[in-house]
Amino acid sequence: MSIVVNGAPAELPSDPRVSLLDFLRDRLHLHGTKKGCDQGACGACTVLADGERILSCLALAVQYDGHSITTIEGIGSATDLHPLQQAFIEHDGFQCGYCTPGQICSAIGMADEMRRGIPSHVTDDLNAADIPFRREELRERMSGNLCRCGAHNGIIDAIATTFAPLPEPETEAAA
Amino acid sequence: MSIARDAKGLVQGMAQGLMAKAVALAPDNWVPGGVPDPLIGHQHGHLGRAVSRIDGPLKVSGTARFAAEFPMEGMVFAAIVFSTIAKGRIASLDAAHALAAEGVVEVMTYRNAPRLSPPPAFMSNPKAAGGDSLPVMQDDQVHWNGQPVAVVLAQTQEQADYAASLVEVAYESAPAVTAFDKARPGARPAMFMGQPLHDEKGKAEAALQAAAVRIDATYRTPRHNHNAIELHAVTVAWQDDVLRIRDASQLVSHTAWSLGQMFGITEDKVVVTSPYVGGGFGGKCMWQHHVLASAAAQLCGRPVRLVLSREGVYRLVGGRSLTEQQVSLGADADGRLKALIHKGLTAKTPSNVMPEPFILAARSAYDAETIELDVHTVELDLLANTFMRAPGESVGTFALESAMDELAEALNIDPIELRIRNEPEADPLNGLPFSSRRIVDAWHTGAQAFGWEQRSPVPANRREGEWLIGMGCAKGTYPYYRMPGGAARLTLTPKGASVGIAAHEMGMGTATAQVQVTAERLGLPIEAVDFEYGDSTLPGTVLAGGSQQTAAIGAAVIAAHRLLIKELLEIVGNDSPLAGLKPDDVACRDAGLCKRDEPERHETYASILARAGQDSIEVTGEGPPPLELMHWSMHSHAAMFCEVRVNAITGEPRVSRFLGSFDCGRILNPKTATSQFRGGIIMGLGLALMEETQIDERNGRVMNPSLSEYHIPVHMDVPDIDVIWTDIPDPHTPMGARGIGEIGITGTAAAVANAIYNATGKRVRDLPITLDKLL
Repeated sequence: MSIVVNGAPAELPSDPRVSLLDFLRDRLHLHGTKKGCDQGACGACTVLADGERILSCLALAVQYDGHSITTIEGIGSATDLHPLQQAFIEHDGFQCGYCTPGQICSAIGMADEMRRGIPSHVTDDLNAADIPFRREELRERMSGNLCRCGAHNGIIDAIATTFAPLPEPETEAAA
Repeated sequence: MSIARDAKGLVQGMAQGLMAKAVALAPDNWVPGGVPDPLIGHQHGHLGRAVSRIDGPLKVSGTARFAAEFPMEGMVFAAIVFSTIAKGRIASLDAAHALAAEGVVEVMTYRNAPRLSPPPAFMSNPKAAGGDSLPVMQDDQVHWNGQPVAVVLAQTQEQADYAASLVEVAYESAPAVTAFDKARPGARPAMFMGQPLHDEKGKAEAALQAAAVRIDATYRTPRHNHNAIELHAVTVAWQDDVLRIRDASQLVSHTAWSLGQMFGITEDKVVVTSPYVGGGFGGKCMWQHHVLASAAAQLCGRPVRLVLSREGVYRLVGGRSLTEQQVSLGADADGRLKALIHKGLTAKTPSNVMPEPFILAARSAYDAETIELDVHTVELDLLANTFMRAPGESVGTFALESAMDELAEALNIDPIELRIRNEPEADPLNGLPFSSRRIVDAWHTGAQAFGWEQRSPVPANRREGEWLIGMGCAKGTYPYYRMPGGAARLTLTPKGASVGIAAHEMGMGTATAQVQVTAERLGLPIEAVDFEYGDSTLPGTVLAGGSQQTAAIGAAVIAAHRLLIKELLEIVGNDSPLAGLKPDDVACRDAGLCKRDEPERHETYASILARAGQDSIEVTGEGPPPLELMHWSMHSHAAMFCEVRVNAITGEPRVSRFLGSFDCGRILNPKTATSQFRGGIIMGLGLALMEETQIDERNGRVMNPSLSEYHIPVHMDVPDIDVIWTDIPDPHTPMGARGIGEIGITGTAAAVANAIYNATGKRVRDLPITLDKLL
């Protein structure tokens, strides 16, 4: 059994109880993927599995036999940052930095979902092929990634400027 | 025991009282901050620049290493078994099945745990770090529901977790007090930091009865948990009799000393490092997991990693206690306060010294003719509560500022105008002059930026479709603190400088701001300055709490800087342009020293060091005792503005706009400061609308120990939050700054509640304001 993590093949654990999250952190020492609750409530463990965002704490490593996983380490390094990582710094989209890798992986997966026309609870036109990157749309879709330091505004700014260079003016209502 | 402790505290408190009187009367220049920090006058340098976080690239790439991310040779993983009764004893404990499970190395219980002294409870000693003073796994006694009774150590986390489920424990219950209402008869006066939480000025009750307009209401706030996203974790190893802990901590030196006390070793034999902390908010202090992991590592002779589960955090790490607050306000027809009474009840445990001090904000808020403030506390058999972001002010301002809104309506006066009319000239209780108080400016600029004039003074007057819309405001406040114990090492080399201090970076931006400050103080580029922190072997005992770190570091660096200048002038030699100058004659600029009034008389540090044949100079300075706190009344303020939309059909409240207008002295870094302010406000939105730690009052067990059932604000709950500030330096603080980490959560809940009242006409006095209360 094998899995590909950030482009490199790795041996899966023999113990089927090992979550994908613990596999990444404790076996592969890829600590960029964070554990905040281990029960699918916080989003800190978000990684991309074949390009789709998943919660690695709710996944068993052995389920991903033959699949390709991308963690924050595979998105960009400290000396070669992905544009979204750079935007997080620019817009101060974090404080402690613990939820940050999950937010970034989630946002990359989310942008792809929007490009594929997958609607959300706040999408006006469910059949629209092209869903605009409205801030409310981003907020709704990122709500599975908790941040306790309160960097929400900076996170949404970073995502909006990275994936939608010319966002509409802020005129939305809470409804 | 607790009576003796209170008595000791009272004596200390009286001594402090006498000292305070003497310091209050001393001339300004005898007191720290009496001579303004020269950096206050630096207008165009590194201070005030929106520098991006220096640890940004590491954090966004996932390479910043947190406490649970240090693999070690031979390391074992720990899992904890928690008690299921509130009080009593362990009648039987059978670990045989657990020990026999695959991969299990050891099971630690009270029978085989190393013998330890009890933890020094926080505030019982300047270096005490413990959440409570209860012995840790030393006997069969159970003190709260969720107390650890066994620690399983195994080769993998999966093995440890499974084996923990095999430990069989039976209990003998004893009567426990776990219901707030049942504990009421035992309420007694609360002591906080050695002083009673009680203040009186004049005869408030009589003045209240005589007042033309009166407000009298009871406000309730529930328990809260910090819920930093990083789980509490330690990686621990004993190496050559030294206990080394990779920690997530907001008090590394306190923890080293406290663990040393427990294990009977000196504090230099305990090394606590904590370079990155995944959120703290008051919760990342010393709790049982530190002790259990250290004891387990000693017992099994191997390094131990202990990561609490999210449930474990709720069972083991205390949160904010509940409050029941009564606020009575009496005013004349013009709105001038004749009486301000703020009193009520909170709960703590027999083993800690932390009653939630909800009257702190009322002490200096308003110029009332008479004032009566009081906190009583009951004791419950629960996990010890602790401080959480703005202990006291966060929940106290909810009650006080809701009451001010109620008074404004009763008087038919604009709520901002009412507050401004009651602005004091000097501290209302102790009469001290304010170091700097510009809240009126913050009100005016905030009201204008927010569009306050669009608010209807009549509640439930604006509706768009299903949505009722309202605006509210409230005042936030948090004091300037500086605690004793600050010390910093300053190292100067030809290439630049390094500051070393046992301080903390939990995301506040400390490292970034302090690099800016030090670069400015030494006349160096930012790239030439390093900031070393998060290591108990560095100088200083500095708590990242009370929003005091910036001041504590600032004062220590000022002291170190003075020593550095002195040493530099001692080695300049006769050929230097600086020859013969005294420390007061010189200033730092362009990577060197110059004569203050003759800037061209300059020599670089590199040149001075080279001439003297030295590679570096290292000095360690200690901040002076924080006497400024007894000489001035020092507080930050905020004018908070909120717009809400409440669904008329479902009752769902949504915050649609928020603005905080702050008066916090000089802002050192607008980018990171904005995040601190917003972060506090967002936690305040949680306080207002959703957060509550629920306890089953029959058995004292936390019922919602998870992030699915304890709700914190998510992206969809957080609108764009505007933050503005006066940026007026406080002349009596280091850099002219006052702490900014906690003030954001103060006033916020009241601003939300007041906006909800304005939208709906419904006054909710029990937090959180969930939709069922608005139906």
